[in-house]
Amino acid sequence: MLVHSKAGRWAAWSLFLFLFLPLFALPLLVVVAASFATHWSGALPSGPTGANYGAAVRGESLRALTTSLVTALVSSLLALTAGTWAALAAQALRKGARRVMDALFVLPVAVPSVVVGLAVLVAFSRPPLLLNGTATIVVLAHTVLVTAFAYQSVSAALVRLDPAYEQAAASLGARPGHVLWRVKIPLLLPSLNAAAGLCFALSMGELSATMMLYPPDWMPLPVRIFAATDRGSLFTGSALAVVLMATTLLVLAAFSRIRTRASYR
Amino acid sequence: MSSTVTETAPAERAAGPAPARPLAARPAGSRTRWLWAAPPLAGLGLVFLYPLALVVRQSLTPDTGGPFAAYAEVFGSTAFREALWTTVWLAVAATAGCLVLGFVLALVIAFVPFPGARAVARFVDVFLSFPSFLITLALLFVYGTVGMANGMWTDLTGEPEGPFRFLATPWGVLLAEITYFTPFVMRPLLAAFSQLDTAQLEAASVLGARPGRIVRQVILPEALPALAAGGSLVLVLCLNEFGIVLFTGAKGVTTLPMLVYGKAILESDYPAACVAAVVNIAVSVGLFGLYRVVGKRAGA
Repeated sequence: MLVHSKAGRWAAWSLFLFLFLPLFALPLLVVVAASFATHWSGALPSGPTGANYGAAVRGESLRALTTSLVTALVSSLLALTAGTWAALAAQALRKGARRVMDALFVLPVAVPSVVVGLAVLVAFSRPPLLLNGTATIVVLAHTVLVTAFAYQSVSAALVRLDPAYEQAAASLGARPGHVLWRVKIPLLLPSLNAAAGLCFALSMGELSATMMLYPPDWMPLPVRIFAATDRGSLFTGSALAVVLMATTLLVLAAFSRIRTRASYR
Repeated sequence: MSSTVTETAPAERAAGPAPARPLAARPAGSRTRWLWAAPPLAGLGLVFLYPLALVVRQSLTPDTGGPFAAYAEVFGSTAFREALWTTVWLAVAATAGCLVLGFVLALVIAFVPFPGARAVARFVDVFLSFPSFLITLALLFVYGTVGMANGMWTDLTGEPEGPFRFLATPWGVLLAEITYFTPFVMRPLLAAFSQLDTAQLEAASVLGARPGRIVRQVILPEALPALAAGGSLVLVLCLNEFGIVLFTGAKGVTTLPMLVYGKAILESDYPAACVAAVVNIAVSVGLFGLYRVVGKRAGA
């Protein structure tokens, strides 16, 4: 306890509320409120309606939602596989080589996502691998972006892993592959799960790289939200945004349920 | 996120074939180890490094003129210089704002706890999983031309228009970036605060130090690594931010990522887009390298 006087504590709390509510709570509430409205010209929205959601869960919008879900699931699975493999391989390397590998795999975080989009677009719009205009190029760009996060969280988990378990298994004569599959991976499961959730959430909300390369028949939900707000349909856009947030949270909640079960095993 | 203890010690432990890791923990020879590292490296090379190299090459091979013609043209344009300046000052200002705000909020959550403080900490985590453009979308309803603040003003004063019209200016982007990125500072700070020994605070307090002095002389030094790490991450993320600026829809606010998008997609001027991209990478990677060095040194 830092502040002992009652008045001081109340002052700290009111400062907190004064900063926290308008900055963080208000934006989310406002988007939810707007998604049920048709007008907002006074202090509060008016014209309550559910029509925005009606439009948000059918036709093009529903397609955008499934597009986003498929993209996010596929790219987070790919990213998790590649990131875990790379992190495991990097851990076995010597210190200097591991540093290089760390730097290379974390680099996509530092490079602007728009540039990643541009680079993927430039590279795969020419002969050897012509992917421009396909769903694959969107999934590919998302995978590049989120692999960095998968790699980071798996390496952090590997560092925290107690080596006694694998040493015990190895000293009892287990082969390296067996140690990896029966000891290391199960111990890593909670972290892998957390990494998968992170990758999924990032991919669901990805806009910058997607804007650079999405084909018309593979339009993820964030692009659709932008298209709606750009032509002035702010209320439809809010409903779509709430659908996006709710879907992300639902999938994350499912992930964390699996995680608690995995950690109790 | 647990840090300090866990992230430094085992790094040394895994440093090499030391006696601490006997037997089959390190069974493979150097060649086998590289063989295992090769597939992910090749994949990364194909889908990330090769495309980046192509961007650099394209920036050097414009449709007309010599190798640096595109650079000369882009660097010469006022639009680019303004975008560069806007990007940098917005990112620096947003980072400063996030650091101050994040420090104050984390301080209250950690050291002046109130019922529901844990729920707020959870909320911060949830906040991080939402895309950035939602904030701009929300701000449109709060401070937009027809929105909450202006609506209240017109209701109260009866004037036809409210006074809040900063959303389409850099200040609107700044507000959105501070809102969105403050949790990125709060998270490492909360982790660092949870490891701070409260006995130190009690001792300082019993000895008569006022809260302000305790914050300055006890808490701040402990929080510096987390502040440095969080701050540099936010700096890089702000330099690269695209969604917030795009949703603002402000023609007056052009940052480097917006310039890349505009040149490539709206104008189909790929060499110019690639030049802007190379500059953006240089600025971001330079600062991110700094972040890694500072973070490593501080053990955060």
